[in-house]
Parts: sequence; structure tokens; C-alpha cells
Amino acid sequence: MRTGTFLIAAALVGLAIVVLTRIFFTNEYFFFAAYVVLQYIVLSTAWNILGGYTGYINFGTGAFFAIGAYSSAVLHKLPALLKTFDILIPAVPLPVMIVVGGIVSGIVGLGTGYLTLRLRGVFFAIATLALSVVVQTLIVNWDYVGGSRGIYIIRPAQAPLGGGYIQYLYTLMMALSVISVCIARWIERSRLGLGFAAIRDDELAAEAGGVPTLRLKLIATTLSGALMGMAGAPLPYYVTYLDPGSSFNLAYAVNSVAMPVIGGMTSWVGPIIGAVILGTIQQLATVTISSALNLLIVGVLLILFVIIAPNGIMGLISARQRRRAAIIEAAVQQRQAAA
Amino acid sequence: MVSLDLLINAIVAGILLGGFYAAVTVGITISFGMLDIANIAQPAFILLGSYAAYIITYYVPVDPLVVGFLMLPVFYVIGMAVYRLYYYSFELRGEQSIQGLAFFFGLLFVAEVSLVLVFGVDYRFVEAPYIGPSLHLGIIDLPLRMLIPCLVSLVMIAVLQLYLSRSFIGRAILAVSQDGLALQLMAASPTRIKQIAFGISVATCSLAGTFLIIIQPVEPSIGRDYIGRIFAICVLGGMTSFPGMVAAALLIGIVESITATFYGPSWAPAVAFGFLLITLAVRPAGLAGR
Amino acid sequence: MIGQRSSSRRVCRRLAPIAAVLSMLLLAAPPVFTQPAVAQTAPSGNPITIGFSMALTGSLAVNGKSGLLASQIWAEDVNAKGGLLGRPVKLIFYDDQTNPSLVPGIYTKLMDVDKVDLVISGYGTNIAAPAMPVVIQHNATFISLFALDINEEFKYPKYFSMLPVGPDPRPAITAGFFDIVKANKDKLGLKTIAIATGDGEATRNGTDGARVNIKKAGLDIVYDKTYPLTTTDFSPIIRAIQSTNADVVLISSYPNDSVGVIRSVNELGLKTKVFGGNLTGPQSTSIKTSLGPSLNGIITFDWWLPAPAMRFPGVMEFLKTYQARAGQEGVDPLGYYLGPWAYARMQVLGEAIENTKGLDQEKIAEYIRSHSFKTVVGDVAFGEKGEWKEARILTVQFQNIKGTSVDDFRDGKGEVVVGPDQYKAGDVILPYSSNNR
Repeated sequence: MRTGTFLIAAALVGLAIVVLTRIFFTNEYFFFAAYVVLQYIVLSTAWNILGGYTGYINFGTGAFFAIGAYSSAVLHKLPALLKTFDILIPAVPLPVMIVVGGIVSGIVGLGTGYLTLRLRGVFFAIATLALSVVVQTLIVNWDYVGGSRGIYIIRPAQAPLGGGYIQYLYTLMMALSVISVCIARWIERSRLGLGFAAIRDDELAAEAGGVPTLRLKLIATTLSGALMGMAGAPLPYYVTYLDPGSSFNLAYAVNSVAMPVIGGMTSWVGPIIGAVILGTIQQLATVTISSALNLLIVGVLLILFVIIAPNGIMGLISARQRRRAAIIEAAVQQRQAAA
Repeated sequence: MVSLDLLINAIVAGILLGGFYAAVTVGITISFGMLDIANIAQPAFILLGSYAAYIITYYVPVDPLVVGFLMLPVFYVIGMAVYRLYYYSFELRGEQSIQGLAFFFGLLFVAEVSLVLVFGVDYRFVEAPYIGPSLHLGIIDLPLRMLIPCLVSLVMIAVLQLYLSRSFIGRAILAVSQDGLALQLMAASPTRIKQIAFGISVATCSLAGTFLIIIQPVEPSIGRDYIGRIFAICVLGGMTSFPGMVAAALLIGIVESITATFYGPSWAPAVAFGFLLITLAVRPAGLAGR
Repeated sequence: MIGQRSSSRRVCRRLAPIAAVLSMLLLAAPPVFTQPAVAQTAPSGNPITIGFSMALTGSLAVNGKSGLLASQIWAEDVNAKGGLLGRPVKLIFYDDQTNPSLVPGIYTKLMDVDKVDLVISGYGTNIAAPAMPVVIQHNATFISLFALDINEEFKYPKYFSMLPVGPDPRPAITAGFFDIVKANKDKLGLKTIAIATGDGEATRNGTDGARVNIKKAGLDIVYDKTYPLTTTDFSPIIRAIQSTNADVVLISSYPNDSVGVIRSVNELGLKTKVFGGNLTGPQSTSIKTSLGPSLNGIITFDWWLPAPAMRFPGVMEFLKTYQARAGQEGVDPLGYYLGPWAYARMQVLGEAIENTKGLDQEKIAEYIRSHSFKTVVGDVAFGEKGEWKEARILTVQFQNIKGTSVDDFRDGKGEVVVGPDQYKAGDVILPYSSNNR
């Protein structure tokens, strides 16, 4: 399927889901929970561009995600700040904040790429952890966005397009999911994707073969970071209270690693499977048991899958298909030999 | 005009802190520096050591350091078990990097959440006669709760260094990091040697955890602050050298102490991680080899 | 997002949910032992549900747990007398772990999933404030508990504060401390002040107010830093403060950091003339018994102590019920700090429900705004922004504490009220360093 066709198809699917759910689900909590699952589809897909396609594992999802959230917080406070200088601007609309969040996170992703240019896998991963803490410390010490005590965001009274505000956030996040999945699929089928795969399989050989590894890595980190920032941009309006402790929470890092690993890292389908399954389990567990337990589930599943099924659910499915095909093949050959 | 008194005390406090950081990092110097296993779950083992000290001293009136020593064999066995799992899952298959990292990351997370579920998020601390009083030498204050862990830590590292350079197994460990094939020709199984080494690296967490809970109250999420410190010190110290590691630990301890004293504690976490980023950017031990 | 019942370290995790369910069942049954033998009709019908988060673990749990017990005792008392509007009262609560970021999720769940009739806040500024946007969104009436000036930003008309800080909350908290400073300014030569503030809502609000008082007192600020609430080692701060030789040291802290600061002060032997200000924590029994004589000399605030002038109707009976159960519930054994206030808050809400004969948020808010209430903490009347019309803050100093048992602190021993004059029980002992530790 060509990319353009896929985009239209995916957009239609997304639109259908949004319309149907908004008609049939009257309890707001459904959208509250669904938002999180969609958010993780974006985060996992974004992570997978750098992790699954290029082979560089990133533990700093929290940093890019929080940068998107805090850039929205800054824009949210901007009208009030400018008013003190007698400059009047209207409230910044959320889609604009999403774009800005993506740009800022993308720039940070680019910077991360530069800093970690020559680091091999392990050191890159540790460097992303370090980056996360450094960014968090900077935000903690920045009073304008509330620092350690956090910032309160009051949602606008009216949601554009009518309906409740949480449904609006849900719709936006669905749109972001569609966009990020289309981007991932497009990368997979393009020369960019081939270049990424070459880096993942053997970076030294790729370089020797003439692949511009440095440039490709920078593209990967920038793109991945930008998408994560876009996923984070609506967060302040979702939680209404933003603080560094929760926005840089390691849970985002673990989930964005676990979901592609469990779903399957080699294709755009894997992160969706991982995000939907793991995200839904977590939301159910939060409402019924406790939220600490659901974090435990994620960690344990990650370890299990990494050990037993490193290619994720997609890997298990395709392995089964291969085995089935092999069995059929063998049966056919036996039949032919007997005949 | 900085008060000399304050500066000297900040430096001394930093040295004591550095001694403790060395205990926390020595395990990684072995597992990452020598065995090339990026065990980012190290802080989880350290916290396990802290909670072990807490829970045992809660029921049995014994000094926490004693608990640290008694638990050494237990942690050694745990370390060997974890290595076995790691070996069969990843090293055999030859896919160390991403999967191995994800494994340890998952382990770190599971350990932290389990501690929260069992002990809750409240701070836990231990009591001992040397927690509270200070030694006053002129203008220098030496809180005993920092001094004693620092001294025991340096002794522990010295003993390990002797072991590694004098005993057969110790030298085999140093050898396996450099040339596994040559080691096989010497009729020592590299896998067995690595298992012992990893076991030792986790065993150090028993004592390091005890030091931690003596120095400050602990709760499950403080492990994350230590990931950056551990790797910063290990990389800064040259990866495999114990004296280098101790020097790096002292340096980071002093810089953190001075930052906290003169700029405020809210900047202290960034120190180690900032060092790490700069070191990695300027002296990439990656593609260039060690 | 949270449905976790947490336990103290002694109680096995399994027992906690059972205990929670049992205590909720208890609410429906009339307790035999606390009420006089008067015939009453048992409440019937759908329960009236009141939802909130409470700090059962984390820094504020040391008080939060006693707040929960006090609220539960109120619900039992009310159900014994026939409930509200003839219906039983049921409390629905979740542990917020003293983690502000969990609060919006908890209140969304309370209002959208559990669909409670009324919500009230958890304990503390840091915990009540994050609920505000969600509460405002749902147009609900909201009574907070020990929240310092959180309505300043929202100016929400249906907000009420169960904390007697009066119409100008931020400076009020340290007003008594600075009265002492002003009274002793010439005698002790007080010129400089050092400030250390925990980075949280309540503590920063308190320090903001303190700056106003500092200006009025004419002191020079020689050290002014905030620390993250996760700080456990305060030696860098205390050493830096000592090197300034400040005459007055103001600390604005939460329970965990108060303990850390006090231990550090004693470890390093800090010398100064006036020490204290805005410390939360030393008012709680478990912290008193763990610090013991280290507390001597510290000046801070308190809200209620069992002094003769403060024996309001019902408070001693409440404390008797509370103290009988505190032991087995693993909460503050004396319950002076938060208990009466949590109980009084429920009294206000209950009376508003009964007198408006319904659960309409507007009518309840209107009733609370326009009436004064007689509660276990005295007369309560709300004014602007939902704060009390008049402030009633006690300034206390810890003096002559010799031991570390609960009895060393029973009946307010060891914690001497040094202001205001109306409740004063003793004189302040200065300088700070002269107090035996």
C-alpha cells in the first residue's frame, strides 16, 4: 500500500473510532483512560524509530516527553506574562502548542545526537539517562514553570469542536497516533529506513559501505525526540497539575521501552500492539487494584519478553507462521514423494 | 568572599562522601569495566542491601555494619544467579546490547516497585551509636555517620584490589576482561570466572547498601540518583582501574558537596550526570576502545 | 489513578484492605461504646458518600493517618445518631502517598468513577491544591484541611479552608515568631536572619509571608535558599548557615525535612539566638518521641493544645474516643495536631447538609458561607476567599524536654504556648543555644 493511501486509510480508521466512541461512551473516565493508551502508542512508535529501527536504546523518554509538556506550560503562561508588558495576545491553541512542543523536543533530540555522536550502544543509553536527570534538574530550578512545586493549569471552559475537554484531548491524541504511525511506516519503506537498519545491524560495516551514519543518527534522534515532545504537549491540560517529579517519571521510560519490546521492534505494528495491550492492562489495574502493581506488571513482562521472546509478539506470530509454513511444506513434499 | 571554614568543611564532607561513592561504584567497575556487562540494576541491589540492613536490625539488635558483612554471601549467590540468567539469555545468543540493557532496566524497575509494594514510600533508617555524634578536629567537623562508612569502604576496596592482583581467581578475572581465549587455554572456564566476578560485584552491594542507610534515610526511588553517579565515576576513573575509580569518586564527592553548600542542594543531582555527559562527549570510551 | 490502601510497616499488607472495608462497614452499624444510651433510629437508604484522598504514606502520613481516623470517628458518631438526612454516611478515600501528582487522578476517579456525592480535600497545602482544577471543573464545594492560602490563585467561591490563619494567611503563620523577634531585638541584638525553605507549596507560601514580617522587623537576610523535599542530608545547608553567624534562623519545612534539619543542627552543633518559624512535624507525637530533647528551644506554630482556654465543647470526648483506638490503628497516639480539625471539618459539612436538606453543591456552599458553626475547635466562621474571618494561631516553644516517651508529651507537656497572650502558658527561653539538648 502506498504511503498516501495508508495515510488516508489510517485517518479514516482513527476518525471512525473517535466518532463511535464519543457517541457510545458517556462516562468521561473512558476517555481519560483511552488518552493514556493513545499517548503510549505515540511514545512507543517514537521510541521504536531510534530503538527498533536504528538499534540505539533510549532511556530518556521522560526528558523529551516532559520538554513537550513544559513548553506547553510556558506557552500557557505567556499571555499573562506579556500582559504585564502591555502586549495582548490570545490564548495559544493546543494544536499550536503541540507543534511547538515537537519543535523544541526535536531540537533537544538533535543536540542529544550531537553530544552522543560517537558513543556505542551502552554508553548512548546511559547518556540518555544522564540527559533526563540534567533536564529535570534545570526544570526544577526554573521558577517560571513552577519549579519543584509545580504549576496548575485550568482547562479552558469550552472545548473547540464542542463536547467535553477530555474528549477533545482524546481526539487530538488519536490524530497524533495516526500521524506517528504513518511516519513510522513511511520510514520503514524508505531509503531512510534502509539506512537505519544498516546502522542497527552493523554500524562499522555500514560506515565502511558509505552509509552517512552520523547524519542518519541525527535524523533518528531528532524525529524520535520531536514525536515524544508532541505526545507530551497536551499533558498539562490532561493532568491539570504539572510537576517535574511526575512528568519525568521513569514509568514513561520503562513503558516506552517495554511496549515495543513486547509488541515487536521491527515493524510499525509492534509498538501499537504493545501499547494497546500493556496500556489497557495498566489502566484496568489502576482502577481495580493499585497503580504500583501495574508498574510491576510492566517490569516483569519486559524482563520475560526480553529473555523468552526478544522479537516480541510480532516475532512470536511470524515464527509461528514460519513453522506452519514449514510443516505444510514438509507435508506437501512427503505427499509428492509418496505419490 | 568565601568563608575558609565553610570551604574546608565542604571539601572534607566531599571526601567522606566520595569514599562512600567508591563503595557504591566498585561493583560496576568489575561488572562493566572488566566484564563489559552494563548492569544498570546495580542501584537496585544496593537498595536491597539497605533494606536488608533495615529489616534485620529492626528485629535483631545488631549493628547495621555487621548485617552488611553477614549478608555478603547471600548477595554473592544472588549475583551469580543473575549472571547465569544473563549468560543463558543473552551472551550465548550473542545479542548483548539492547536486550541485555532492557533486561537490567526491567530488573531495576521491578526491584524498585517491589520495594514500594512491600515497604511503602516512607523513608526508612537505622540507628547506631555512631549516627548523630561528630568528631571535632579544630575547625573540621567529621560526622561519624559519614566517617565510618568511608573508612570501611576504603578498606573493602583495598581488600578487593589485593584479591584481584594476588589470588589465582582474581588474576583470572583481570585476564578474562582482556582475552577470554587465552584464559581458556589456561584451563580456566571464562564463564565460571565471569560468574564469580559478577557475584563479587553484587556482593559489594550488600556493604554499599548498609553504608547508604547509615548515611541517610532511604526510600525506594533514590536508586535512580545513583545510576548516573556510578557510571560517571566508573567512566571517569578509566573503567578498570581501582585507584582511578577512587580518585574519580572523591572528585565527584567534593564537587557535589561544594555545589550543595554554595549553590544549594537542588543542583547537586546534576553534578554527577553533568560530569558523565561531558566525559562521554569528550572522551568517548566507545568506538575508540578503552 | 490510585486505589491503594497502604499500611504501616507493622501491619501486614493483607490486613490493610480488610481493615479499610471493616471500618467502612462499621460506619453503617451504630457503635455501642461511645454513645450514651439514648434510643435512636438507624440510618437507612442509599449512603451519602464523601470522597477524599489522604496521606497514609509519605512525608505527611505522620499526621494524615490521624486525620483519617478522626474523620472515621465522625462518620461513626453521625451514623449512631441516625445519619445525615436519615441516610448513612460513607467515606471513600485513597492513599495519595503525599504525592501531589497523584491527586488529580484520584479526584477524577472519585467524581467520575465512584461518583461520590461530596468531595473534601486531603491533608496539607501540597495535597489540596492539585485537586482544585478538577474540583472547579466539576463545580463542587470543597473544604480543605490545613491548606495554606491555596485559593489565592483560583479565587473559587465554593472553597473553604479548615485552618485558622485568617484573611491574610501567608504572613500570619510566622507572625508570632516575629513578634518574639521584635520583642527581643534590642536585648539580644538581632540583626541578621538566615532562611532555608523546603520546595513545596506550603513551605514556600509560608516563607513568602515571612519576608513581609522580616521587612517589618528590620532584619537583613544573609542566607536564603530552597532545598528539594527529597533532601536527606542537611549538613551543607546548616554549615553554610553557621558560617553566616545569623542571629535568627528561619526554617520552613515538612515533617521529613524538619527531622533532617533538627538532626543536622544537633550533629553540627549550630549556634544561633532564635531558631524555628514554620516547621511542620514537631507537633506530631511520633516526631516528638523520636527527637526528644533535640527539640528544646525550637519555636514553631501549633493550632490546638489541651489548655483550659481551648477546651471547646466535645473536643475532650472526641480525643478520648480517638486515643482509645489510636494504638491499634498505628496512628499518632495523642492526636492533638490534626484530629480535632479533621473532625470539625466534617461537623461543618454535616451541618450544612442537614440544614440545606440536600446535597446541592451551591446551597451547601451558600450555607457554609453565611453561617457560623460551633465545632470541637470552637466557633468557625468563613470570610473572604474561604479563609477564616479571624486568625487563631498558637506560637509554641519546646522547652525542658527530658525524655522520649509519649507521657513526656501528654497534655501538651514539653510544648509551651508562648503566644498569643490569650492562650499563653509560659515565657520563651532565649537564646536558642541556651536550651539544653
